[in-house]
Amino acid sequence: MEEAELGNEIVEISMQVNGVSVVLRTPANRTLLSILREDLRLTGAKEGCGIGECGACTVLMNGKAVNACMVLAPKADGARITTIEGLGDEARLHPLQEAFVKHGAVQCGFCTPGMILSAKALLDENPNPTRLEIREGISGNLCRCTGYQQIVDAIEEVAARKQGEES
Amino acid sequence: MTTGKRESAYRNDAVIKVTGRARYADDHTFPRMAHCVPVYSDFVHAENLSVDTREAARQDGVLKVITAADIPGAVRFGQIERDYPMLAEDRILSHGDVVALVVAETREAALEAARQVRISADPLPPLIDPEEAFRPDAPVIRPGTKNNIVNHHKIRRGDARSALAACDIVIDHTFRTSFVEHAYLEPESAVCVPRPDGVMEVYGSMQHPFTTRRFVAAILGEPLARVEIRTVPVGGGFGGKDDTAAVVCARAALAARLCDRPVKLTYARQWSMRESYKRHPYVLHYRMGLNRDGRVQAVEARIIADAGAYCSTTPWVTWRSAVQCCGPYRVEHVHADVYGVATNNVFTGAFRGFGSPQVNFAVEQLMDMAAEKTGLSPLEIRRINMVTQGAETITGQLLNNHTVSIREVMDTVAEKIGYEEKRARSSRGKGDPENLYGVGLAICYRGASLGAEGMDFCSAVINCQFDGSILLEVGIHENGQGAESAMILTLQEHLGVDRGRITYRQPSTSSIPDGGPTVASRGTLMGCGAVVLAAKKLKKIIAEALADTLGCAPEKVRFQDDAILGEADDQRLSWDEAMRQLFLKRVYPYSFAGFRAPAVTWDEETGQGDAYFTYVYSCQAVEVSVNLKTGRVRLLNVVAAHDIGKAVNRPMLLGQIYGGIAQGMGMALMEKVETEGGVIRNASFRKYRIPKAMDLPEMTALIIENPDPTSPSGAKGIGEPALEIIAPAIANAVYHATGRRMDRLPIRIEKEDA
Repeated sequence: MEEAELGNEIVEISMQVNGVSVVLRTPANRTLLSILREDLRLTGAKEGCGIGECGACTVLMNGKAVNACMVLAPKADGARITTIEGLGDEARLHPLQEAFVKHGAVQCGFCTPGMILSAKALLDENPNPTRLEIREGISGNLCRCTGYQQIVDAIEEVAARKQGEES
Repeated sequence: MTTGKRESAYRNDAVIKVTGRARYADDHTFPRMAHCVPVYSDFVHAENLSVDTREAARQDGVLKVITAADIPGAVRFGQIERDYPMLAEDRILSHGDVVALVVAETREAALEAARQVRISADPLPPLIDPEEAFRPDAPVIRPGTKNNIVNHHKIRRGDARSALAACDIVIDHTFRTSFVEHAYLEPESAVCVPRPDGVMEVYGSMQHPFTTRRFVAAILGEPLARVEIRTVPVGGGFGGKDDTAAVVCARAALAARLCDRPVKLTYARQWSMRESYKRHPYVLHYRMGLNRDGRVQAVEARIIADAGAYCSTTPWVTWRSAVQCCGPYRVEHVHADVYGVATNNVFTGAFRGFGSPQVNFAVEQLMDMAAEKTGLSPLEIRRINMVTQGAETITGQLLNNHTVSIREVMDTVAEKIGYEEKRARSSRGKGDPENLYGVGLAICYRGASLGAEGMDFCSAVINCQFDGSILLEVGIHENGQGAESAMILTLQEHLGVDRGRITYRQPSTSSIPDGGPTVASRGTLMGCGAVVLAAKKLKKIIAEALADTLGCAPEKVRFQDDAILGEADDQRLSWDEAMRQLFLKRVYPYSFAGFRAPAVTWDEETGQGDAYFTYVYSCQAVEVSVNLKTGRVRLLNVVAAHDIGKAVNRPMLLGQIYGGIAQGMGMALMEKVETEGGVIRNASFRKYRIPKAMDLPEMTALIIENPDPTSPSGAKGIGEPALEIIAPAIANAVYHATGRRMDRLPIRIEKEDA
């Protein structure tokens, strides 16, 4: 909710969102989060704080986890965005989604999309993290329900499985 | 006792949540939907409020600016006292009071126009210290009341004064706790849709649809049947989405009714933190007397809770504090007074634990202090004083209708963590000041469900379809804890059917009777109880209809392996076939049943009675390291055990324990809503820090099962027990590390100069 310094002049931006090309005209001071949620109806990314502290709005931008509430429209121009909707669906869950289900890492679920995407960014960068590195890797994502333990369990299992596949 | 690590979790809503398909309140949109925002004043306490909306109303895109004068129904409402102004009238009593609502075509336009609302009032000095507000000569804050005392609960048992005078040892100590924010990840949100049939439909983030319905109906001045609250996923509640969330829904409904359009009101985090009620800060003066043998003889307690500007659930919260003011111990002489006191602070209400974390913080440290004074170990002094099977509580209740397992629970934790050995090597202030080590533990019992707070009943509907699928619906709300999954698993067990047959039909307030609030760790107990009773009824209907076909008496019909069987295994109808037969017989395989909680009793004058119909027993132990140079306390290890009767959904149960510990750890070491003159100074996640993954250690949760005869499913509850003793366990561990007693929350270690 914090006011951006950029004005409300209209800019045209193009992005790849979940593999689909999107071109839109929008005021420059709008956030990527509001574009995703309101214009593209991708409501998996949530607004928990609006100031980049809780991680509920985490999406992948060019493969890196970012807080979509802190990314203004011009910054997303030309970017490749992955939201939770692009990671997997009911018929074919991503291994992280599957592991979150299996380990009971989901309670209210409000942090879950952002948490899973942060975990993906972490594993993409470090395929074999320790539990402590996992905790560090998701420290930008707040969860008030789970105490994080089953989330760490879930991520750890996916990391181990990846290792198994590679060796 | 089991840890159940390897079991795969079941949640009916897990897949939609991990794929981002779950639609929370703010994810809903409707054609012609308008947006609403609240307007606050800068006052904390003021009279002669005047709100000029003309300029705001003229702004582009604005549909309406609403003040209290526009409310067709009740301006003030509340669960106990109807004192909460859903929009302020002539007075401001707290900084969170909302003076107007702006409704516009877009949220941006509404926010812009909100700045143009002109507010004037005559400021009054705010009264923010509850001990000051308690004094007989204090100015009275709430119009129409005689003093600032919201409620007074008493426990009068024996003769505490004389008994204390005769004690070998008397410990006199004062403890203080702070305002704590629920910090549910999803801020409040409501979307209200005026339907063509005249009904106001509400999609909101809330814990309790039926409370919400009462608030909405009140503000609109319409009957309950004309308001329908739908179930949508909730992004966390922890007690915090009761009246606050209901008021947000009521305001959105008001805007929707007045504009005759769907209206969305989604809170920004800073509004949520400014306005929503907090955990009550307590001041607890205790005098505990014991004999040299370690037996506690008497307790005198005077406890003051800051209610803030409005009553909310303060009388209920503080009632639990009174009932549990001596922990799970037998004490012959008790004289306790617990007061809720009004101030101009942000109001306080339900928060996971509900008045128990504060008293446990005091009592469990007092027990460790008593252990030291008598030379007993903290375990031994607890064993000497704890309730046993058939014992009498401080309210005169005989614990004889369920298994009293506090000893088993405590011993399990003590053994698992190696308490005595670790206590022996705790630092006690000696050794490396940057790495002092200590272990600590706390125990409690918790009265299950509402107790004498209120009417305690809940219902379930099982509606079997003729194609073999089954709809289940219960008057308990899914807050994220996994309530729906627990109901499904219970039905599956009792009908002996494949789980895949069961679809949880998310109820609305128009489809099922009021099942009471989903609070007080009562969801599993009451909800599964209703499911068990409804399943029993359903089986009777089916058995009577099919007994002839199965060639046996109805009472011999069995339900197992996804089939219905007679006495012999070859007298068998598959579930599908059974449903087809019922169709041909024109019998509805449908049942409705209510579970009424066993009776409780209470005498307000003496504080005696059977306060709760059963209790949950808990113990948590922690290891900490303390750095005196930085003041940092690090949690190294946590072991928790809870006797919850029966585990319905083990992985979810573990998740509740881990999550409760994390929240309790936040309260113990990190979290405090900072107020200055009634204004909250840290109303953002940047300034108000809750635990991150790095702040928490690996935790071990142990489940102890003594199925409870008072609960049809055998299960009790875990939500609150999981949170309510971690703070004193940490405080006791910090004492064993440093030799310093921590009598304030959050715990702050005074730094020593390097």
